[in-house]
Amino acid sequence: MKTRKNKKTEELLEKLEPKTSDNLLTLKGVGKHYGSIIALRGVDMVVDPGKVTCVLGDNGAGKSTLIKIIAGLHQHDEGDFKLHGSSIKLKSPRVALDAGIAAVYQDLAVVPLMPIWRNFFLGSELTSGVGPFKKLDVQKMKDITKQELSDMGIDLRDVEQPIGQLSGGERQCVAIARAVYFGAKVLILDEPTAALGVKQSGVVLRYILQARDRGLGVIFITHNPHHAYPVGDSFLLLKRGRSIGYYSKSEITVEELTAQMAGGAELAELAHELEQLGGHDEELAEAEAGVNPQVTA
Amino acid sequence: MSSLTASPSHKKTTTAQDERVGKKSTLSILLGRPEIGALVGAVALFIFFAIVAPVFLSPASLATVLYGASTIGIMAVGVSLLMIGGEFDLSTGVAVISSALSASLISWYFGLNVWVGVVLALIVSLLIGFINGIILIKTKLPSFIVTLASFLMLTGLNLGLTRAIGGSVSSPSIADMEGFQSAKAIFASSVNIAGIDVKVTVFIWLAMVIIASWILLRTKIGNWIFAIGGDEKAARAVGVPVVRTKIGLFMAVGFCGWVLGMHNLFAFDAVQSGEGIGNEFLYIIAAVIGGCLLTGGYGSAVGGAIGAFIFGMANKGIVYAEWNPDWFKFFLGLMLLLATVVNIIVKKRAESSK
Repeated sequence: MKTRKNKKTEELLEKLEPKTSDNLLTLKGVGKHYGSIIALRGVDMVVDPGKVTCVLGDNGAGKSTLIKIIAGLHQHDEGDFKLHGSSIKLKSPRVALDAGIAAVYQDLAVVPLMPIWRNFFLGSELTSGVGPFKKLDVQKMKDITKQELSDMGIDLRDVEQPIGQLSGGERQCVAIARAVYFGAKVLILDEPTAALGVKQSGVVLRYILQARDRGLGVIFITHNPHHAYPVGDSFLLLKRGRSIGYYSKSEITVEELTAQMAGGAELAELAHELEQLGGHDEELAEAEAGVNPQVTA
Repeated sequence: MSSLTASPSHKKTTTAQDERVGKKSTLSILLGRPEIGALVGAVALFIFFAIVAPVFLSPASLATVLYGASTIGIMAVGVSLLMIGGEFDLSTGVAVISSALSASLISWYFGLNVWVGVVLALIVSLLIGFINGIILIKTKLPSFIVTLASFLMLTGLNLGLTRAIGGSVSSPSIADMEGFQSAKAIFASSVNIAGIDVKVTVFIWLAMVIIASWILLRTKIGNWIFAIGGDEKAARAVGVPVVRTKIGLFMAVGFCGWVLGMHNLFAFDAVQSGEGIGNEFLYIIAAVIGGCLLTGGYGSAVGGAIGAFIFGMANKGIVYAEWNPDWFKFFLGLMLLLATVVNIIVKKRAESSK
């Protein structure tokens, strides 16, 4: 369960990396439909340990469907989903967790009124004693929480405070640290920066890199190319349930990424429309660049 | 507000952490406890009645106050846990009577040892809780509706079945039946402490509060109760068995109802089938005054006990002060309002982001 052995496996995996079958996750032509509605079709993607794979797309592009398949909430009905080189269909989030795939959802991360350490161990509490006298090992859980968080670079004096008192970014980080501690090999982050301010987003992005450096394969879902580009190693672009491109970092610039994602023609059209409605020039320029995440959030 | 990147300039954010958390004083830790408002209220009320009615301080009156508190407090234990788990139960008042009626009618009708009736009543009570829980889970209706429905149905069943089986609105006396005396010793006796008769329910109540506090604060289940009340979706996402915990909570309320129902039965020897209506609110009030949030996720078993104690003090204190008890309900309402306002402030403090 625990990932204390991280360093060793990391080294091991590095040696094995060139062989393709050692990819953590491989998706080939994966698709999903709900009745007659095709939510996702023909998606190829690879997740490697110590790498960040970004999934980009506008609302309704199929990002959620994709991560739900990877996290075990839904099952794909087309294509091939390989975990450690063998085909797999994940039946539930529990199965996915046991396989080392952990998802951190933007709004589902924590229970605000509960102390940080209780949140950290929620659902996987440590106990001591036997039978009806089995009790929570409070001190141990507090110590581990503190240690794990400080390993992630979050130094909290008091793990007893309600997690709701932390900022949104810190809460995300606790959720990430929790996933790392409980043995995640693949970490799915669903729009972790969507509801955050500029500074807080930066904090979360930093922890994404931390998780990467600890040897996890990170899947970072976002609709903001400016968040994705600096941390990502490869980029999957989705649109209307289809993959419209899969690039490694060397193949694409952030401007190209933005343009690809938004669709240049559509943006020009939007700018034109807004101009007719009397929008301001600077804002139009910004919209055209598809830059400002706060507008869409 | 243009684009943001993960430039290295974010290092500051985490190092600044410590000074923002700050050191907690004992006072602020105390103020963060859910039951603190109730405790202050209880102390104030105690001093108040001690002044206006000196007889209030005599050991015998205190025993009476504690007894009054225990009959509310036993139910408040279960109701508090349920409320922390994010649900509440309107059927508790009549469910207590249902339990008492089951025990007496079953024993009387079949001529069985009273203890058989007592055990079957426990099953009935747990079943009522289970059914409340399962309907809540399956229909996804709010607990207000589900338990309002079971409140009405149980009210009808209590009256209807009692008359159909026993032929009267009151259950027949079981005083001379086998096992009655031993059951009375367990559920409705008095313990003599230094010349003062203290009702056994006081000790049952305190034991239940201790056990419930232990469960809440020191077991996995307690963690889950807080979690499902605080954020059910988050709890589910991290693998908390939400369905089992919720149903378990309703059954725990059923268990408390059984304990109180048995006391009601064995304190006398018969039960009025129309009783219990309205009591569910007293239990909820005790829990709310004790700091349990109606919205769930926050509260304590001790708080519910203090709430019940406040109720007991007010109820008997008014008598000792020789006031008109007509004012009691007004006072209760005022207490509830004040407590709820305090709770909201406490919750905001706990939840507020920086």
